[in-house]
Amino acid sequence: MAGFSFFGEGLPEINLEELKGKLIVLEGTDGVGRSTHIGLLKQWLENHGHAVLDTGMTRSALAGKRLKQAKEGHTLGGITMSLFYATDFADRLENEIIPALRAGFIVLTDRYIYSLMARAIVRGADPEWLREVYGFALKPDAIFYLRLDINELVTRVLQSTGFDYWESGMDLHLGEDMYESFVRYQGWLLSEFDKMAETYGFEVIDASDPVEETFKTLRDRIEKVAKSNGS
Amino acid sequence: MSGGMKIYGKHRLPGRLFIVEGIDGSGKSTQLMLLQKWLVSEGYVTSFSEWNSSPLVRDVTKRGKKKQMLTPMTFSLIHATDFADRIEHGIIPPLKAGAIVLADRYIYTAFARDVVRGVSPKWVRDLYAFAVKPTVAFYFRTPLDVAMKRILGGRDAIKYYEAGMDIGLSENIEESFRLFQSRIIDEYEKMVDEFGLVAIDATRSIEEQQTEVRKIVSDALAGTRKSKVRRWLDLASLAKGSRK
Repeated sequence: MAGFSFFGEGLPEINLEELKGKLIVLEGTDGVGRSTHIGLLKQWLENHGHAVLDTGMTRSALAGKRLKQAKEGHTLGGITMSLFYATDFADRLENEIIPALRAGFIVLTDRYIYSLMARAIVRGADPEWLREVYGFALKPDAIFYLRLDINELVTRVLQSTGFDYWESGMDLHLGEDMYESFVRYQGWLLSEFDKMAETYGFEVIDASDPVEETFKTLRDRIEKVAKSNGS
Repeated sequence: MSGGMKIYGKHRLPGRLFIVEGIDGSGKSTQLMLLQKWLVSEGYVTSFSEWNSSPLVRDVTKRGKKKQMLTPMTFSLIHATDFADRIEHGIIPPLKAGAIVLADRYIYTAFARDVVRGVSPKWVRDLYAFAVKPTVAFYFRTPLDVAMKRILGGRDAIKYYEAGMDIGLSENIEESFRLFQSRIIDEYEKMVDEFGLVAIDATRSIEEQQTEVRKIVSDALAGTRKSKVRRWLDLASLAKGSRK
């Protein structure tokens, strides 16, 4: 079977044939319910006898804490921030994701390089440069893109936590207030995601359905991925 | 966004950027310090930038090194992050303002070290595509034995990553350091042609090297901004009778 490959110039000294698990990505803008679904899927997969690792951005042992602090102070420039995220991602890829795949786990990741690229692109980074930088990332077995249009997104956010500085892209000065800025920023991210959906073959999932419906759709598709190649 | 990201060679900035490269013990930092003294005495506006200097990123690098948790890839990326902060905050703004920026180590340090650690040469060159192309990049060419003598004579113990202990060249730290640095030299030598590094024979006297460096720099300075403070410096030097 096909097995794993890198997007571009890969990591040194990794034997891809050793990686037996599955890498499954949940992508989407803020507020689409990614973490809720990851929690549900993890439980369901474990009930069915699969070992699961769930991981997400800014959780690396190396850079996670400082990266969060850097965000709070928001004094770093766009390229610096992009590379800080890339460092965090590389640490998790090498120290969590790859070892788990080697051990035959299903890795569920809340966001992947696509979110990192989308955020960096709207902050002025060159898309071609980003693709080269993230050449060391593994191609996932499946990418599920939870999609909500901007109006539904606003409703969700108002119902939950309200607008926050970063989710509204306030560092970009796109609007007079958080609402305006949120709509423009998330709308912009959404259009970047839609472009990538085609380039990278995302499976688009309509996240406006009730949680149970969306979960069932995800579960059925992930079951197929988990079963492929005899794992 | 605002103009987007500029790629190596595409920046058009009025200032000048002079950088020094070479292995530890090549004497490059001394040469850069002497260059800065001279530029300041000539009334130029200078700004200094060194490797591992971004306060926010430095903590991560330090911790990663101390706990030996860096792989070749994360070693490469955290240094690129630090460098990006230097570029965005410490290098581009003064260059825009027309200053002379002096940098102790630049992207070539990363190219040499990361490639010796097994990172793809193409990947690491792409990674640093956002860097500003230096006006002149000096490479202080030093035989390993000369550099080793300078280092071992005058400082604390060699550090784990400096000796390339992470890639398992030798159990003995001094031996590992020697092997690692000799591979770094090989990478520098390859880059002399690739990037047009200006090689300075660093076995000569400090004064001879500095004379050569100053000549090359002064040829590249036409049209660069000088400070009005210079008049004061002139008066001060005249008073001392030391003006050349």
